[in-house]
Amino acid sequence: MSTELFFVQLINGLQYGLLLFLIASGLTLVFGVMGILNLAHGSMYMVGAYLVWYFVTVTGSFSLAALLSAAIALALGILIERVLIQRLYHRNHLDQVLLTIGMIFVFNALQSILWGNDPYGVAVPAALDASIPFTENSSYPVYRIFAAVLCIAIAAALYFMVSRTRLGMLIRAGESNREMVEALGVNIKSLYTIVFAIGVMLAAVSGIIAAPIRSIVPGMGESVLITCFVVVVVGGMGSIRGAFVGALLVGLISTFAAVLMPGLSNMIIYIFMILVLLVKPQGLFSH
Amino acid sequence: MNRIKTLAGATLATLSLSLAPLAASAADTVKVGIMLPFSGIYAQLGEAGRDGLKLALKQQASNLNGAQIEYIEMDTEAKPARAPELSSAMLSQHQADFVIGPVHSGVAMGMIKVLRGKDTVMIIPNAGAAAATGPLCSPNIFRTSFSSWQPSYPMGQVALDKGYDKVYAISWNYGMGRESLDAFEESFTAGGGEIVKKVLMPFPSTNFQPHISDIAATQPDAVFVFFAGGGAIKFVKDYDAMGLRGKIPLLGSGFLTEGTLEAQGEAAEGVETTLHYAEQLDIPANQSFRAAFNTEYGHYPDIYAVQGYDAGLAIAQTLSQLDGDASDKQALIDTMAQLTIDSPRGEFTFSRAHNPVQDIYLRKVDNGVNVVERVAAAALEDPARGCQL
Repeated sequence: MSTELFFVQLINGLQYGLLLFLIASGLTLVFGVMGILNLAHGSMYMVGAYLVWYFVTVTGSFSLAALLSAAIALALGILIERVLIQRLYHRNHLDQVLLTIGMIFVFNALQSILWGNDPYGVAVPAALDASIPFTENSSYPVYRIFAAVLCIAIAAALYFMVSRTRLGMLIRAGESNREMVEALGVNIKSLYTIVFAIGVMLAAVSGIIAAPIRSIVPGMGESVLITCFVVVVVGGMGSIRGAFVGALLVGLISTFAAVLMPGLSNMIIYIFMILVLLVKPQGLFSH
Repeated sequence: MNRIKTLAGATLATLSLSLAPLAASAADTVKVGIMLPFSGIYAQLGEAGRDGLKLALKQQASNLNGAQIEYIEMDTEAKPARAPELSSAMLSQHQADFVIGPVHSGVAMGMIKVLRGKDTVMIIPNAGAAAATGPLCSPNIFRTSFSSWQPSYPMGQVALDKGYDKVYAISWNYGMGRESLDAFEESFTAGGGEIVKKVLMPFPSTNFQPHISDIAATQPDAVFVFFAGGGAIKFVKDYDAMGLRGKIPLLGSGFLTEGTLEAQGEAAEGVETTLHYAEQLDIPANQSFRAAFNTEYGHYPDIYAVQGYDAGLAIAQTLSQLDGDASDKQALIDTMAQLTIDSPRGEFTFSRAHNPVQDIYLRKVDNGVNVVERVAAAALEDPARGCQL
């Protein structure tokens, strides 16, 4: 592999990893704070992509569509937490798994009823529809760079929120001792609603960002969910920092594997996960 | 006494009159089993095939010599594991005269396992797996779509004609992907072309970015791909986004731009593909079919609807020649094998392995439409390797 090609693949891998982080962050946040295993997380990613496609066709503006979709996802998150998830805090993981698997079926059926089974595509917003010459023969699309920068910005904002704000302090406190935080007069119910809704919105926002560079098809949520689980398990369940490192590693490994050993490229991330678990059974950054 | 006789005679006569249509309809009901995916990722394809099939039989109703069609619909969900069980039910429980299905090649294998050599006629309206009309061919198995070899083989010669000597080939590592690349390679290398690199990605991965970067670095004369559905959309968009469109020509089997053009948008402009159909194919059979389909269902048909429609035409023409009688299965099979179907894709006949012998068109995307450039291969017959018929 030439140095030039190596450099291009490095960028490809980082960009893929950053998007993976954004999707996985909501999953790990909700699990880390609330102990809820949300298998319908991938469905939220799908919902984000379909919503933004729908609103782009209605309004013609990508940014407006993105804002509307993110707002709807937040509202959806609040609704789901209040109506369904709230009943499960004191139940075991099996009940959570059953409920959230059921939600996958419901969301897939709704997608099919509302938008049909045709595959769709969203055009890259005009302002970002350009390419930067990269090597002699190829150029790199501006939108992909923009998406990567946006992922870094959201990661930074998430880190800041959890480690520096009052909300983050309460989240961290609730994670260690729910009863004590409650006894101190904090409304833990609303706190959990907020955390869950943020988790849902992170998944939907990833779907929104990915929409112009991916195809919008039925079942797109499930495939991304599996990769997400690899990221979260490698990084350590519940650790945002772990998800960040795990996502970048998975992104880079699958990108280089795709070129160097295409036949193995899908399997390689599972092999990597097994190796990590052999050395650190709790994942790289578990607490 | 006489009066009683007359009365009895009249009663019997009326009775037999009223019974006659009943008896006739019982004998002349033809059971058509539909085994297509109506849920899951191939739901759209299954619905299109069923709609086409029903349209053909509705249009041909007056030519069926009184035969009544009874439909039995089963959702395969595109799951190979359930195919044998559903096929058995079609066979023994419903006693279907014809079984139409499926979309997915894996499901086709499961169905063939049960239906092969039986009296029921199976008509495959999509699944291109070479084995169906190759090693597993059977007198009662017909296909109205294509073998995976057919749409890709002519592209090798097309590439050579255009002066492309070095081609980069990429697809998914599954039946249709491998068979498509092999078919292209067969005609391309026979004519002196060289495959500089052949990549088989895991199915259904859509992480194309690293491969497209690799194509840019390899600098072939052209790229040949087989991708379909969501993967096709993403590959074409990524190819364009990395700045390769217009620099390295993108060639493919027609499924690359079939049902995906709208989502691909401008990124697909100039992509050249070979397929046995094109929506704007300028022949009367296609124009009347498109108009009729749109009147019936409120939208225009795609290739999957055409293939279902042709399965319907095959049934209708067979019944028409057999005076509406589907009871003699050998006659059914012999008649169907001799048909010439006046399809929206142009006339076709069945090969000895019961795969369509059909024209393959070279199409180029222009303003969001697959425009037919020319016939890439006329009356192309699948080699049916391994078929003992």
